[in-house]
Amino acid sequence: MNLLRFFTAGNVDDGKSTLIGRLLFDSESISTDIIETLTRQSKNKGKDTNLDLALLTDGLRAEREQGITIDVAYKYFSTEKRKFIIADTPGHIQYTRNMFTGASTADLAIILIDIVNGITEQTRRHSIISSILGIPNILVCINKMDLVAYSEHAYRQIVEEYKIFSKNLPMHQVDFIPVSALEGENIIIPSERMRWYSREPLLSFLENVDYRPTEKSEESRFQIQYVSNYVDTMTNTITRRFVGKILSGSYQTGDRVTILPDGISTKISALEKYGIKTHIGSKDEIVAIQFEDEIDAGRGNSIVQDNQKNGTSNELTATLCWMDNSPFHPGQKLILQHHSHTTKARITEILHKIDIKTNREVYDNSEEIGLNEICQVSIKTADPVLADHFLSAGRTGTFILIDENTNNTVAAGTVLKC
Amino acid sequence: MAFAEYLDQLEAEAIHIMLEVAGQFERPALLFSGGKDSICLVHLALKAFRPAKFPFPLVHIDTGHNFPEALNFRDQLVSQIDEKLIVRKVEDTIKKRKLTDSSGKFPSRNALQTYTLLDTIDEFEFDVCIGGARRDEEKARAKERIFSVRDDFGQWNPKKQRPEIWDIYNGRINKGENVRAFPISNWTELDIWHYIEREKIELPEIYFTHQRKVVKTDSDQLMAYSDYLNLDIHDQIFSKQVRYRTVGDMTCTAAVESEAFTVSDIIKEIKITKISERGATRMDDRISEAAMEDRKKNGYF
Repeated sequence: MNLLRFFTAGNVDDGKSTLIGRLLFDSESISTDIIETLTRQSKNKGKDTNLDLALLTDGLRAEREQGITIDVAYKYFSTEKRKFIIADTPGHIQYTRNMFTGASTADLAIILIDIVNGITEQTRRHSIISSILGIPNILVCINKMDLVAYSEHAYRQIVEEYKIFSKNLPMHQVDFIPVSALEGENIIIPSERMRWYSREPLLSFLENVDYRPTEKSEESRFQIQYVSNYVDTMTNTITRRFVGKILSGSYQTGDRVTILPDGISTKISALEKYGIKTHIGSKDEIVAIQFEDEIDAGRGNSIVQDNQKNGTSNELTATLCWMDNSPFHPGQKLILQHHSHTTKARITEILHKIDIKTNREVYDNSEEIGLNEICQVSIKTADPVLADHFLSAGRTGTFILIDENTNNTVAAGTVLKC
Repeated sequence: MAFAEYLDQLEAEAIHIMLEVAGQFERPALLFSGGKDSICLVHLALKAFRPAKFPFPLVHIDTGHNFPEALNFRDQLVSQIDEKLIVRKVEDTIKKRKLTDSSGKFPSRNALQTYTLLDTIDEFEFDVCIGGARRDEEKARAKERIFSVRDDFGQWNPKKQRPEIWDIYNGRINKGENVRAFPISNWTELDIWHYIEREKIELPEIYFTHQRKVVKTDSDQLMAYSDYLNLDIHDQIFSKQVRYRTVGDMTCTAAVESEAFTVSDIIKEIKITKISERGATRMDDRISEAAMEDRKKNGYF
């Protein structure tokens, strides 16, 4: 059994929370005491029809009061085939940064379209953000089919329109499903009212979709997260282990490696996974590495294979999503955190902005980047960074920017050139 | 081994977070309650740091209303793994700060332990506390970040949460602030039990079925009979075959009727049960829709 993380973005009006509520409810993932609470809350809100499934996901007082999603909430359910983690994220533009938080860890994005409203600015924005974050699969759920009498024609029109819009977005896979979250059509079982749709309903789609990222990069990447010093009191010797997660590729005992940025060359003498000796460690595994030589290395240093391409640089071009209330201003002191490696950094040039409604490049000569704005920038770092191109390397090409003064996370970035 | 693959993913995520805590902070601590979630945290820490010592002490905020079985288990575990344990008592905080102790038939010190926790953080200057909270427990927890920044007063501000992007955790804080880090945020109750089964993790015996004297609450929950309760003459004491799904205070953690002798019995039981973990066992969260949100805003872990 494996794990699928997906996110849905939108507002209560789009039926997003109803859709999630429906998935949880119909897959029997909700406990009776929670249903009781919901019934009580639905009544409090004067909704006499059925349960208000949206109340399941809106966990903060302010959200329930205003009927909107403000921050991402995580929900969990599983079937015989898969375990699911849902990041339920806000759709309102002013909470885009919270949407980023939920979307960034997802393997799949569910974009909801209300068939009555068609493709909106929000649909475009969420699709563009999903592609910027590198989410491999997009599932477009065309919702509220009950309001158009389950018309195939209406569905086809939206599908065509979306295909035209998304033609230039770098997405691996886009799929479409017509649903009615409110009526439960095409959620768990194939809809009787939409026999013209012959593919799987939503839940089977989620159970079967192959979401594995198609990263092309083979380079091995490992950053030291923590250095563990073990003192053997019997022999009075110290063993140093360099512990961290393998970001890509693999490492084996006996590999000739280089520690960056210092460029020290050495050999892996032992590899352990959770305290147990192993011969090989692969992507996403956490390993403790020991070296043949006594090496001065610390948190944030990279360990790379000698026979691979490993260029570090103090300058990089990146796509940035600005997430702080205070806009970026020239001269702002920043810290770039590339996984466990942090270094001082500054944005030297704003190359252009991206209109997240149209995906067009905008050249406005502005020296500021405002909340929720996306742009391409040049960044200069104090220490050299080993960062790979995001589109070919995936997560190793991601970083965040932190304001040195407030310590807030102010931007998320993906590397375009390093 | 049907669940192996996703349990490996959850395990790696949790250990990655622990290493980030160890790598980024000066004075970490691991909040240990003696319950199954924090026992799993200790197990994960063993995997992350052995053969070396943990880079943090275990900290137990002792409400004084603990199950004796949980305290015994705590002491045994600590001596077995040979790590440092710091215990701070709510009883002492009540005396020192002249606080009013909880009252009522089932007096809960859940709110009071926040004072002790914040005092302990001050005393040892902890900049981060690792906790075993899970997002599936409660809907306010479902909203919390993995690195959750608390202000000078220990408060969680749900409207000012930092963005948390990919698996890059920003642990930088200003003076006075500290962080609560939650490595098992994405685990569910069932995941925890599958992990306990797979890893053969020892637990206090009260998680398994046993005979116990209990008292019924107004909402028909079964509370352990103990000296901490303020019963009246109408209360009847029953003897029941029960177990605990969570181990909090004796005064506000309800038992569930159960015949589960083993971890695999428990897994079967949870799969068919229709009541959530907190709904079944916690009196304190039933008070209002936003009970947890409010406690967290006040510094509760």
